Amino acid sequence: MALSRRAALKGLAAAGMAVAGVRPAQAVTLPVRQTDALGLLYDATLCIGCKTCMVACNEANSLPADTSGSPAKLYHKPIDLSEKAKTVIKLYAQDGEQAFVKAQCLHCVDPACTSACMLGALKKREFGIVTYDPDLCVGCRYCEVACPFNVPKFEWSSAAPKIVKCELCRERLAAGKEPACTEVCPRHAVIFGKRTDLLDEAHRRLHDTPDRYVPKVYGETDAGGTQVLYLSHVPFEKVGFPALGDEPAPSLARSIQHGIYRGFIAPLALYAALGAVIYRNRRADDNPR
Amino acid sequence: MTTRAEPIGGPLDTPLTRMLAGLFGLAMLAIAWRLIAGLGATTALNDGYPLGLWIAFDVVTGTALACGGYAIALLVYILNKGRYHPLVRPAMLTSALGYSLAGVGVLLDVGRWWLIWKVPVYFWHWNFNSALLEIALCIMSYVVVLWIELSPALLETFVDSTILPLRRVARRLPPVIERASPFIIALGLLLPTMHQSSLGTLMLLAGSRLHPLWRTPLLPLLFLITCLSMGFAVVVFESAFSSVAFKRRPETQMLARLATAIVPLQLAVVVLRLADLWWRGSLEPLLAGDARSALALVEFALFLAPIAMLWPAAGRRDLGRLVGAAIVMMFAGALYRFDTYLVAFTPGEHWSYFPSMAEMTITVGLVASEVLAYIVIVKRFPILSGRSGSPMAEREKPAAES
Repeated sequence: MALSRRAALKGLAAAGMAVAGVRPAQAVTLPVRQTDALGLLYDATLCIGCKTCMVACNEANSLPADTSGSPAKLYHKPIDLSEKAKTVIKLYAQDGEQAFVKAQCLHCVDPACTSACMLGALKKREFGIVTYDPDLCVGCRYCEVACPFNVPKFEWSSAAPKIVKCELCRERLAAGKEPACTEVCPRHAVIFGKRTDLLDEAHRRLHDTPDRYVPKVYGETDAGGTQVLYLSHVPFEKVGFPALGDEPAPSLARSIQHGIYRGFIAPLALYAALGAVIYRNRRADDNPR
Repeated sequence: MTTRAEPIGGPLDTPLTRMLAGLFGLAMLAIAWRLIAGLGATTALNDGYPLGLWIAFDVVTGTALACGGYAIALLVYILNKGRYHPLVRPAMLTSALGYSLAGVGVLLDVGRWWLIWKVPVYFWHWNFNSALLEIALCIMSYVVVLWIELSPALLETFVDSTILPLRRVARRLPPVIERASPFIIALGLLLPTMHQSSLGTLMLLAGSRLHPLWRTPLLPLLFLITCLSMGFAVVVFESAFSSVAFKRRPETQMLARLATAIVPLQLAVVVLRLADLWWRGSLEPLLAGDARSALALVEFALFLAPIAMLWPAAGRRDLGRLVGAAIVMMFAGALYRFDTYLVAFTPGEHWSYFPSMAEMTITVGLVASEVLAYIVIVKRFPILSGRSGSPMAEREKPAAES
């Protein structure tokens, strides 16, 4: 319980300290040291589906209510993440099993959306948070195609649309507060902290009460790891988490793109070769025999 | 070998051009509506299907159909098949028009279109991991290159213009372009090689959300091959179309040779895809009997059908049959690319997409404007070579030897 606040303070302090000598996580150079990465831990066994986090999220982000799931427009009731909902508590109830699951940006360690984004409007910045800068966004929506979790949403209703997604309440963090959703959660089903601490906590719970859980922390390694981590008593694929393997989502496309364009040598060589052939052919045409 | 290209002449105000202009006018209204009301109000696009008709058709399929210039330049300038030279100008024209319109399509599709100038300008923000960035930069540059390549043909008309500055440009610019042409033509070959393959790489990032029948690391290669097969097919089709529409002698023999040259490309797509599916153990979904497997099978059939159509020698001598084969070839590549971007994309069961009236009106109107511009330009500018009066033998014989 105390973890959230303690970790928040530690995380914020880490920004100023800039501790050296921490090993890089993977072959890909990531902008954030793993030990600086902040995130959330959501425990489906604790969530009672009260949706206070959804309301708090909209309030903190000045988002209007999304009544698309409420025919009489009485409630903030989005049917999925949307331009008006950066987080949604979904219910899984089938085959006698029931679980709530919190949909939101998972802040991947190596995200597909930032790999897709032409000018880096979506970018991992401080604490590994995947942030959005509308000044660099042309609204191409390639991030929506790329994200394996279907997270980034587009302001379809606007003629000057932006991308909408969880930025881990980075403005609240800067003001020394924790994210709105973790602050209001009455059951501490979602807690905030450094990713390393949250992983320790998740494994402690798995170790202490193994009967409560599927023996896995989703996001520990999935899709190269995410900064928002999940514990659940219902198998993850059932509650809507894709089985993505441990490779970061953008790795295949990136290795092909980089393979072809390494150092821009292949295109330059091709250009030179094409130019040479054209020049030779033209000379032959100009001076027949 | 060289027959001079000349303007076709004739009236610009015909029932056909009026209809095309009308369709374009409708599209302009829809465009105005889209810019004022935004994408949500005017399109069927949604967070599950963020890319729709404009990207899958106007850009991904449209630029491949606009690869006639790329394909024919490869043949004429690299493989040195000078006999196809008469096809260069019309192919360049359709390419320039097709790519320019794809640019318009992108401009309408991006939500924050007034910021798109930042993509080429903000080089310090360029994300080299983004296949889309490469495509955007390549297409922007290629549009410029295409119009430069075409400009001597357009400027020829103005060498005796009474407007002095225009006359000066018309006389001085073409020699400069001619001198630089190896650099320009090479760029005109490099850029489509890059962005057409990257259009395949782009969808790889969709990863597990791309259906296994289309998800393959070979996507860049398959997209490169299909843009070439479609480019050649368009040249055949357009050449035959021009000969009928403008009552000119069809260059059947040349077109037959060209169409036959596409067959290996068509075959390569089928073999590569089947081998890849087998290699990855994904042949099963091909026989799943659902809509996606059916469409994939239709794609395979469309890639193979032209081979059967062109097999008998008689088929290759018959202009109608040649055009038929070319059209099937265009459809094969078009469906494959369209499917890769729309049908193969599986965001989840609760999402669906079918283009709205405004989306279709704009796409139809843009295509109409392209055809209209083509008609106007070939009637007023020296694009098509050889006239209806000139004897056929004179053109065909020496050409075969070159």
